[in-house]
Amino acid sequence: MRSPRDLADARPGPAFTVTLDGREIEALPGQTVAAALWTAGITSWRTTRGAGRPRGVFCGIGVCFDCLVTVNDRPNQRACLVPLNPGDAIRTQEGTGHDE
Amino acid sequence: MTSERPHLAVIGAGPAGLAATVAAASHGVRVTLVDASAEAGGQFYRQPAAELRARRPQALHHGWRTWELLRDELRTHVRAGLVRHLSDHHVWCVERRRTAAGAGPGFTVHALLGPEQQDPAEVRADAVLLATGGYEKVLPFPGWTLPGVVTAGGAQAMLKGTLTVGGRTAVVAGTGPLLLPVATGLAAAGVDVAALVESAAPKAFVRRARALAAEPGKVAEGARYAAELLGHRVRLLAGHTVVEAHGAERLEAVTVAALDPDGRVRPGTGRRIPCDTLAVGHGMLPHTDLAETLGCRLDGPDVHADDEQRTDVPGVWAAGETTGIGGAALALAEGHIAGRSAAARLHGTEPDPDEWAAATRTRTRLRAFFAALDAVHAPPAHWTEQVTDDTVVCRCEEVTGGEIRAAVKDLGAADLRTVKLLTRAGMGWCQGRVCGPAVAGLTGCGSTASRRPFARPVPLGVLARAGETEDLEWNP
Repeated sequence: MRSPRDLADARPGPAFTVTLDGREIEALPGQTVAAALWTAGITSWRTTRGAGRPRGVFCGIGVCFDCLVTVNDRPNQRACLVPLNPGDAIRTQEGTGHDE
Repeated sequence: MTSERPHLAVIGAGPAGLAATVAAASHGVRVTLVDASAEAGGQFYRQPAAELRARRPQALHHGWRTWELLRDELRTHVRAGLVRHLSDHHVWCVERRRTAAGAGPGFTVHALLGPEQQDPAEVRADAVLLATGGYEKVLPFPGWTLPGVVTAGGAQAMLKGTLTVGGRTAVVAGTGPLLLPVATGLAAAGVDVAALVESAAPKAFVRRARALAAEPGKVAEGARYAAELLGHRVRLLAGHTVVEAHGAERLEAVTVAALDPDGRVRPGTGRRIPCDTLAVGHGMLPHTDLAETLGCRLDGPDVHADDEQRTDVPGVWAAGETTGIGGAALALAEGHIAGRSAAARLHGTEPDPDEWAAATRTRTRLRAFFAALDAVHAPPAHWTEQVTDDTVVCRCEEVTGGEIRAAVKDLGAADLRTVKLLTRAGMGWCQGRVCGPAVAGLTGCGSTASRRPFARPVPLGVLARAGETEDLEWNP
């Protein structure tokens, strides 16, 4: 299958490892949290405060705050905006992210 | 001697902001271009992160040559010390500053730095130009909060900026010209696009044929997209709408149905399309937060601008989608005019509009074209009938359609503010940006300017110390 990276002929540097809830996943230099999770086949990484429903990317540009996630113990980071660094620890966020 | 040149702050590095920056800098003004992204380009020319080292980013873009020219001109001005480009600066407020009598207006642009948006930065300038663009409007339907449902623009932003897609099989749905490049972009990137579902019926285009045909370049652009979709075997369902998104923990399928001429779903026409991605959008809304805090007049949802793209607040210009949705070409024309006007006025001279007559003609033509297009792409007239009482409408606060209807019917709310106070719809993280149009439609209260005090969340510590920070050093 053709991929967006093929289409744009991207030649990123070597992948590095980050963790999602302790599980290792690969990320590429320049990728946001959302991009790395999508690449790993993951589309939801938080549950809502009220009904505990799963959420992931919605607007993709930082307007909607649906993709909130905990990065290196800081909750409520917008996954579509935050770039990853080697060793970053991502945690799925439950509710406000403050009651864990 | 650069320090004696007047100083213009341009907010937003999309088409309008770039055109304005280049025009103003070329006419002897120092420009600080303040933008939230790591790379210039805005949403339309959104660039893949530099570290992804894309050798052919143009494969995902439209109008690449224009972008290259703008980018090169920006670089030239930056190198010459006439422009500084502050990337990763998220502006949360622009403040009118008191200056010595007779010194003219002054402004302080307040920004938060980097992806975490914790640390403050301030820019002081003689004038500001708002090129803050727009964002997508999505009207709710059952299942629209499922992971896998994204805005059409969001799917495109992830594709252009991060070179990723959310799944393998997508449906692109809603209404508006954005759906075409989103569907073709996803298909070119290897996604199986099962259908493009557009609520406007072909008849709507025929009724506006004359106004639309006045812009043959745009018609040809639409035809090119249509041919590409055909090449990718994408099914086009015009006069159809998404009725429901299905799935437990994530999207598994959507049901689409035909609309009757009145904009109601035709009973019995529903069909289920399996997919793991739904890219959906119902048009665009202008970003007006900064203009509102400055006290600029709005015309409906748009920042009011005169022939020179001046707002009614002295020293504040506005260009691009913040003054009305109309695409990149219109944004470029408006940005050019705004930059030229600001340069002349900051030098204390009366500008001569004849010098930008071509941009004025483009602006007139494209505004007429987009007014016609907007009429064609109105969401289905009876879309609210698809919003069930248990459909979540305010995504942040999880307020349902039933609660919002009850606020009007049982509690007597007669305006959006009261609905918000009674239900919390619009009080969450996004401050009603996403649910605003839906709540207006469901209550019949009509959209009003929301008058948010800040354009994004601000740490209290930053707020407490605002105005105490030194102006950012500019070392050309």
